[in-house]
Amino acid sequence: MKLKKNIAVSESGFVFDPNSGESYSLNPTGREILNLLSEGKTGEDIKGLLMDKYDVNPSTFNLYFDDFVQMLRHYNLIESEE
Amino acid sequence: MTEKLNVTIAVTGLNNTDNPGPGIPVIRGILESDKINARIIGLAYENQEPGIYLSDLVDKTYMIPYPSVGKEAYMNRILQIHKKDPIDLIIPNLDAELFTFMTSENVLKQNNIHTFLPTVKQFEERQKGNLQEYGEKYNIKVPKSISITSYTDIPRIDSEFDYPVLVKGKFYDAYIAYNPDQVVNHFNKISAKWGLPVIIQEFIRGTEVNVIALGDGEGETIAAVPMRKQYITDKGKAWSGVTLGDENLLNITNRLMRESKWKGGMELEMIKTVDNEYFLIEINPRIPAWVYLAVGAGQNIPEALVLLGMGQNVFPMKEYAVGKMFIRYSYDLIGDISDFEKISITGEL
Repeated sequence: MKLKKNIAVSESGFVFDPNSGESYSLNPTGREILNLLSEGKTGEDIKGLLMDKYDVNPSTFNLYFDDFVQMLRHYNLIESEE
Repeated sequence: MTEKLNVTIAVTGLNNTDNPGPGIPVIRGILESDKINARIIGLAYENQEPGIYLSDLVDKTYMIPYPSVGKEAYMNRILQIHKKDPIDLIIPNLDAELFTFMTSENVLKQNNIHTFLPTVKQFEERQKGNLQEYGEKYNIKVPKSISITSYTDIPRIDSEFDYPVLVKGKFYDAYIAYNPDQVVNHFNKISAKWGLPVIIQEFIRGTEVNVIALGDGEGETIAAVPMRKQYITDKGKAWSGVTLGDENLLNITNRLMRESKWKGGMELEMIKTVDNEYFLIEINPRIPAWVYLAVGAGQNIPEALVLLGMGQNVFPMKEYAVGKMFIRYSYDLIGDISDFEKISITGEL
């Protein structure tokens, strides 16, 4: 899973896809995930990092994480599956 | 520092209304140029076109008749204005007048009036009714379309298309029809306004993307900026838009420019499907009303068109800012009834 090149993520969590012209707003968690993705982290890396950092039930986290990744895929923001 | 080019430019399309003509943004681009010192003459069809009253943008306005009066009468009025107030270059900005200007190029030239327009052949081959052949000639995907001239053609749609279809006027207007009754309804509306033929076009699902471009007439793309409309009015016009960094759109534009040797401004209207296919749905043979976005993004297309029209060399502009946005707004101009009186009675202001 790789963030598509040229996708701009601002510090405020605003995402702009220059290819399609679409823009999106992220909450702080979404922003953190996209930042980690743009650093080249894999999905598994990100899961591990966030579960270490936050007090969250793994099954609930996985559910929301997979849903979020699905959304990124739907909006064409990530290159391809790992 | 090189000296500025002093030039008097006549511009049409001052109708900066909810269906805006490109005249005012074209003028803004020209006036912001550091290469041109322009005096702007506005050419207006109606006495309440806002540009007439924008005295900080338009130095003088003359009323002109609609092109439907005939080429001779139309050109007589242009030359009458020219005699009184000499024009160096005319930029026609409305589809319906282009043919008259293109076919009058020699008369204009004899009178030292420059233009920078596509040839009649280039203009004709991209007509909506010829889109199918255009797609084949330039190897670009286009939606299937047919021209119809009467009710008797409507049953053809059933056998040749799946509903919905788009019903389009030859110059403007496009409506979606989900059944033959709706086609009849739109056919009546469009043919009454824009004449015949009416174009029936396959409906392609996807996102509309547009490119504004300027060709030098020898195959070079002088400028090209892709844009996606972000908000569309109930008239189908862009109220806001953002520049795109879509290389595919630029490649398509460059190829069309190279192969068709397009001369002048143009707008490519395309649909990008979810499978990343690009369908050309229309080519507008002139600068579109959102041209000022291109200026704001770093490509002053009106300036380049003026310089080309005046016979100067212009280097192709390759860079522009991606993510530049425009948002239109409405603004109440306050004028005096005496200005309205003057333009109405004397035909100039």
